Amino acid sequence: MRILRWLGLTALALAVGGTAQAASVKVGVVLPFSGANADLGHQIDKAFDLYVKLHAKDIAPNKVEIIKRDEGPPTGAVAKRVTTELITNDKVQLVTGFVFSPSAIALAPVITQAKVPMVIANAGTAWITNLSPYIVRLSFSMWDPAYPMGGYAYNKIGCKTAAVAYTDFPPGKDSIEAFETGYKKAGGKVTLTIPMGSPVQVPDFTPFLQRVKDAHPDCLYAFVPSGAHATGIMKAYGELGLRKAGIKLIGPMDLIPDNKLQDMGDAAIGTIVMGHYAVDLDSPANKKFKEEWHKAYGADSYPDFMSAAGWDTMHAIFDTINKLHGNLSDGMKVVDAMKGWSAVGPRGPVKIDPATRDIVQNEHVMEVYRKPDGKLGERILDTVKDVKDECKVLKIGRCGK
Amino acid sequence: MPQYANIAVSILFDGLAYAMFLFITSVGLSVTMGLMNFVNLAHGAFAMIGGYVVVSLTRSYGVGFVPSLIIAAVLVALISVRFERRLYRRFYRATDLEQVLLTIGLAFMAIATFTYFYGPIPKSVPLPDWLQGSVNLGFRSFPAYRVFMIAVGAALIAVLWYGFERTNVGAMVRAAVDNRRMAESIGINVDRLFTLTFALGSGLAALGGGLAIQLLGLNPNFALLYLVLFLIVVAVGGLGSLKGTLLAALVLGIIDTGGKYLLADAGGFFIYAVTVIVLLLKPAGFYGRE
Repeated sequence: MRILRWLGLTALALAVGGTAQAASVKVGVVLPFSGANADLGHQIDKAFDLYVKLHAKDIAPNKVEIIKRDEGPPTGAVAKRVTTELITNDKVQLVTGFVFSPSAIALAPVITQAKVPMVIANAGTAWITNLSPYIVRLSFSMWDPAYPMGGYAYNKIGCKTAAVAYTDFPPGKDSIEAFETGYKKAGGKVTLTIPMGSPVQVPDFTPFLQRVKDAHPDCLYAFVPSGAHATGIMKAYGELGLRKAGIKLIGPMDLIPDNKLQDMGDAAIGTIVMGHYAVDLDSPANKKFKEEWHKAYGADSYPDFMSAAGWDTMHAIFDTINKLHGNLSDGMKVVDAMKGWSAVGPRGPVKIDPATRDIVQNEHVMEVYRKPDGKLGERILDTVKDVKDECKVLKIGRCGK
Repeated sequence: MPQYANIAVSILFDGLAYAMFLFITSVGLSVTMGLMNFVNLAHGAFAMIGGYVVVSLTRSYGVGFVPSLIIAAVLVALISVRFERRLYRRFYRATDLEQVLLTIGLAFMAIATFTYFYGPIPKSVPLPDWLQGSVNLGFRSFPAYRVFMIAVGAALIAVLWYGFERTNVGAMVRAAVDNRRMAESIGINVDRLFTLTFALGSGLAALGGGLAIQLLGLNPNFALLYLVLFLIVVAVGGLGSLKGTLLAALVLGIIDTGGKYLLADAGGFFIYAVTVIVLLLKPAGFYGRE
């Protein structure tokens, strides 16, 4: 009897002690699960789920509790509402995801007031990180690929003149500004600038590209969201025969998302982009990442640059949970813990710049070609190491504030 | 060729191809709205389903692109008959609001269902060689696929015009659009007529959806993304008018393309400006009944 009672007490003590130590961290995930860009949300969501599945044991005895919400269209309104609900009703300690810049921009004042950190897994408008001290970005700034591409295009690809075309919303304008800054510095001349409609609806790209064809620059630098827009512009580019007319297509990696590349066909061959990830990136970390991805989602599913950033985002969150022993109640401490975080992810070595809370990573020049097995792939032509957000270095426009 | 003539040809040609897509997809909506006053916001969903039928047939079953288009149109027409008989029929006497809520709900359900089975990633479709590359018409070359779209559109217009203006069934449809009660009282079975035109309209929407894959890409959201455009074409053209729908599609397609080419900064402004102006001058559209 006595032994039994002792056993019971010990078990009780263990149980109480156990719960006191292990914390369950509530993380709000806001990604587009509906609308024309739902596949972008799924690319990141899959990476999040995969990381949590494979690494849940790394943060034991702590746990994460993920609450997912739909980010909605790229206007920011839905994202603002659902994220505010996550913070006030569900009491999440951290919010992450955010594919669209307008979402992050609309939410900056909310998270500043709530003192809840926002860990951005995609939204790339350069000056977003300046909007709140609670923002940490694991993905990229539009400037990361676009600015070095400017110099490279003039010096190495032979673009003496260029047309720039972009989907008309903040990251598009950003990408164009970054490219032009680098390109003009190198000596290039932009002969034509074309806004190509909103990100909400995929337009018929033909009239825009016909105009480029008639203007006949050496290169066309294009930014479009990496969803249905990317497939659309590539089709128009191929159909109108711009490459045959001697107009090279260049841009950030959004032009050739890995999960849509196979569908783009011959039109994409020869496209040169600057980007920080490609499925074909040759590194042990990426090999492992791809293996796990195909195992979980099938041989026909490919991760892309968004998935790679999603993976690193969850990695940083997990490392922070460990660093703070599961206590993420103080938002500022969470942000401080993330400053200087570094790892080797699918993209290669990545680091959070403590001064700007933005990512530092390698950018690669990649060209689309047909691989010996008949599939399309990207080959690395060149690499720019440790790229920081040049917009904030040069203090251009809102990046200087 | 002088530069401005070249530009004008580009705009006319691209605008024409775009207009054909608008016409093929919208004409069914216009006729069903004119005939029954039934607001079918799920029309875009039929176009989307047609697109996915084409994708499945060409990719998984190796059927050619053109046969797939025809099969998709027939299949969706048959499916739509079931819908019309079982579901829509109950709502003909319902208020506009009830019709709108029902059909937009159906569109959302279709989006969710197709996202579940096909995923949200945009699909493309393998084209036969003769539809790729460009066609040289002597003075300049045009993308083959757009030439094909214009040809299909022109053929359909001819067939529809003949059917509407020169056959008995066409005359009955026109009579029913003009005055339904009178048509019924002289013994025209308007219900059956409606089932027929509804099936035809949905089939054409499916054809339009299949043709649009190469132009705009296809994901489940297609059901709602371009619905506004279809509704604009129907409103500007006038309910139930074949001529009106064609004219509206041409005007909107060419003006939208021209606006994008010449003044890209204005965005989609022109298509809406034209809509506003036309509806101010002619509230019932080009050929609608006042």
